[in-house]
Amino acid sequence: MSRISATERLALIRVKNRPTVNDYIPLIFDGFIEMHGDRHYGDDAAILGGIATFYSMPVTILAQVKGRDVEENKRTNFAMPHPEGYRKALRLAKQAEKFNRPVICLVDTPGAFCGIEAEERGQGEAIARNLMEFMTLKTPVISIVLGEGGSGGALALAVCDELAMLENALYSVISPRGFASILWKDPSREKEAAELMKITSEDLLNFGVCEKIISEPAGGAHNDCQLTADNISEYLFDAIKRLCRTDAETLLKNRYQKFRKIGMFTE
Amino acid sequence: MGLEDLLKKVKDRFDDEAEVAPALRSAAYNKAESEKGVKIPEDLFFKCPRCLTTSYKEDFEKNRKVCANCNYHARLTWRERLNLTADRNSFSEFDANMESQNPIDYPEYADKLQKLRKACDMRDAVITGECTIRGYKAVIGIMDSNFMMASMGSVVGEKITRAFEYATKNKMPVILFTASGGARMQEGIISLMQMAKTSGAIAKFSDAGQLYITVLTDPTTGGVTASFASLGDVIIAEPKVLIGFAGRRVIQDTIKQKLPDEFQSAEFLLENGFVDLICERRRMRSYLARIMRMHNYEKIEEGRVNK
Repeated sequence: MSRISATERLALIRVKNRPTVNDYIPLIFDGFIEMHGDRHYGDDAAILGGIATFYSMPVTILAQVKGRDVEENKRTNFAMPHPEGYRKALRLAKQAEKFNRPVICLVDTPGAFCGIEAEERGQGEAIARNLMEFMTLKTPVISIVLGEGGSGGALALAVCDELAMLENALYSVISPRGFASILWKDPSREKEAAELMKITSEDLLNFGVCEKIISEPAGGAHNDCQLTADNISEYLFDAIKRLCRTDAETLLKNRYQKFRKIGMFTE
Repeated sequence: MGLEDLLKKVKDRFDDEAEVAPALRSAAYNKAESEKGVKIPEDLFFKCPRCLTTSYKEDFEKNRKVCANCNYHARLTWRERLNLTADRNSFSEFDANMESQNPIDYPEYADKLQKLRKACDMRDAVITGECTIRGYKAVIGIMDSNFMMASMGSVVGEKITRAFEYATKNKMPVILFTASGGARMQEGIISLMQMAKTSGAIAKFSDAGQLYITVLTDPTTGGVTASFASLGDVIIAEPKVLIGFAGRRVIQDTIKQKLPDEFQSAEFLLENGFVDLICERRRMRSYLARIMRMHNYEKIEEGRVNK
């Protein structure tokens, strides 16, 4: 695996034909049935939810949807969810808990949407609720960052037993552009920020935030979508087998500890 | 012109306005006045950032730093907040020596923290501990926006998590006064993870049946709104404070239009169903005590914390 810089990865995950969840789902799962709506306000196409089978085992899928063209991006808001998207995800996660099936979250978002309606409907509350509820969800949760893992909007689908990242995926507290814009008042220093922020899959593995890096074909996932999907499948097969063997109490204890131990301080 | 003359001049003008044209003391008028370049000595006067009215600092401070004109509840230091909230001499601090490291080697981060520690009389942006409030024992956390806009990094996340773990073990309620610009970007992904860590501690605390009261103060935004600030059993806000997820400027840039003044105010959140009540500073202690009493916590003698 050759070392690719964060800046190069930033360009790679923005490649127009980088595969999205809609490419991967048919290649990894069988018989996907989409389920809509949060039962309170509406349906948010930025988060796709539903059930499918994986090696004939039922699973729940929650996925942030980057569009493959302008039309799809309009519909899915460039994968920037509104509160009802997060609430739909939580509803379906609770459904998975009830019927004892693993939850697989596919993360790919620039962040939660910033807008008037999102604030009116409680974007902060929706994300907070997911963080809290996923921490005690009594069924295995696996999250995979496919491309962009943007801030709290990504974390709301990433409180999990194991976090995996595609090799070139990035996961950060804020986009490099936002970082440069806020801390240096100069969004054009985006690349410099990307290098500084430690946001690659290797960085996150070192921090103990990510447990597994899923390799991509040479040049990036778009060069061989089938191969990338196979790599994801292989990881999922192992992870599900491992986590389904763990009793619920241990699972939750380990999940809490996974996040509990993250922090760098002296006293 | 001497300072006394200036003072008299400003005071005279205020007195005149109060009599003849109170309506003129609108935000627009004050803004126009201030743009004309009337310079106001900052150590003697408080200029409200909401209604732009100027008042004597002494009066403002006597009024618990609440704007007499518009009731905006201005920012407090952690010490001021503690003095207004806890029973005298009842506070004992947790984790007083905890300090952040520099996970992404952000340039000059250590120096910046060092300067702020001196200026703010705290090691990082939150103070936690236990105290009594009108005789009710509680674990308390106070965020101070003077310290790097009270952004949440490793220390804030860890101290809040430990506060909840302590309260879970000792069957005590938790009261957090939140204020924050959000996650501390200088600590990279580690700061984002603090949102999950604190929310997880609250899940366990909540399962143990204990009471968590959030008091949202100016400003509570970003990753703190999207984690522990929004998870109280009871969520109280101070009047007129700013509460939101996304920054105002970010939204304005997205939608390309100006947002109304009341957008993301405490009152806006109340209307949209995200806070239980708005409570004035002068009534806060009494409300907190009443709420704890109604959740069957027992009153002990004021000023004592039994360990």
